[in-house]
Amino acid sequence: MSPALALLGREVRLATRAGGGAGLGLAFFLIVVLMAPLGIGPDQALLGRVAPGIVWTAALLACLLSLDRMFQADLEDGTLDILALSPLPLELVVALKTLAHWLTTGLPLVVAAPVLALTLNLPDQALGLLTLSLLVGTPALSALGAIGAGLTVGLRRGGLLLSLLVLPLYVPTLIFGAQVTGYAARGLESGPPMLLLAGTTLLTLAIFPWVTAAALRINLR
Amino acid sequence: MSLTLDAFQTLRGGLPVSAPITLSLAPGQGAALRGANGAGKSTLLRGLIGLAPSRGSAQLNGVSHQEPDRWLEQIAHTAHADAIKGALTVHENLAFWSRLYGGDPDRALHAFDLESLADRPAAACSAGQKRRLGLARLALAPRALWLLDEPTVSLDVAHTALFAEVLKSHLTNGGMALIATHIDLGLPLPPVEVAAPAPEAREDDPFLSGDWA
Repeated sequence: MSPALALLGREVRLATRAGGGAGLGLAFFLIVVLMAPLGIGPDQALLGRVAPGIVWTAALLACLLSLDRMFQADLEDGTLDILALSPLPLELVVALKTLAHWLTTGLPLVVAAPVLALTLNLPDQALGLLTLSLLVGTPALSALGAIGAGLTVGLRRGGLLLSLLVLPLYVPTLIFGAQVTGYAARGLESGPPMLLLAGTTLLTLAIFPWVTAAALRINLR
Repeated sequence: MSLTLDAFQTLRGGLPVSAPITLSLAPGQGAALRGANGAGKSTLLRGLIGLAPSRGSAQLNGVSHQEPDRWLEQIAHTAHADAIKGALTVHENLAFWSRLYGGDPDRALHAFDLESLADRPAAACSAGQKRRLGLARLALAPRALWLLDEPTVSLDVAHTALFAEVLKSHLTNGGMALIATHIDLGLPLPPVEVAAPAPEAREDDPFLSGDWA
């Protein structure tokens, strides 16, 4: 098995074992989305209108939950030093760890979202595009989060600062993602916001390994 | 085929952490870094693997430390932290590093007397057992230079002797080692003193030049 696959497999295994926190984001997502109708009340038309925003905001927060340990655990136990010396470039290490974060945090949200959206009375014709928009948008959440996690890796209680750094960067993804779903719910053409959402994700994926690796090198030295 | 340090010293905030070190090791030779707590032994070892800013020159088998790819592929390093994941078993921990660095995890487990613990979660190991697991990385793939930071901390007498044997066979096979340690391993390791640096004023110090006023 190649070194890159070994690292990916190990990250996924660590996340899914006890204390890894893979289920945490999904459980948080379920609770937030299920709480929303209790707070808003039984007005089905209103719920259907706010559903895209609620699902997307909950997805954002759920993604944020497990970000602060992304590099911090490795820094504390010395793994990050050894990885920085390994034959794998640090940029690839960052990309693989982020992919593992998405597989264990983002992907479960994509799968759970259409089921949860039913409890919010999201119109049927929007369910497909809600799922697709999350599939396209959540990789950007993990990637932007990796930048924040790299910047705050050496800080005690860095999680709070991480949220302040990362949440503003999530705004374009939130706006376009909710717009795709909202347009679809009202029977409008949702192609343009979907393209903008995909563009945001692609731009983020293109630059985040280098930005994150640079931030980690500063923190390691 | 050798290691040469010429006036090598690590920096923090642009100022030296310890006095410059000049030494050379031939294949089969090791040296023990000595110095008080906080003298800069660990930082020196980190500087040699590029994890701390440094100045001066270092050459290993004709490769300068400024060519990180070819420099690092000759070096194995162990630090205070053992880089162990408690949720993985002893064997899984080592198998992962073997996929990154090459080598046979079972042989490394044998070299550090860890076979009976192979399937135990690393979180359930004692401090000394974890340290042996951290050191077992050294036995994976051969590297010319070992940089070891207090390798024997929390090892019992028998396993300290076992580690000294592994180190000895590394040296007899033509390897080199720089070891920060306070104990006598029973090997011919000439001491290298890591001392406080000579006071040095920063030329661009804003307080000294009065720019801050």
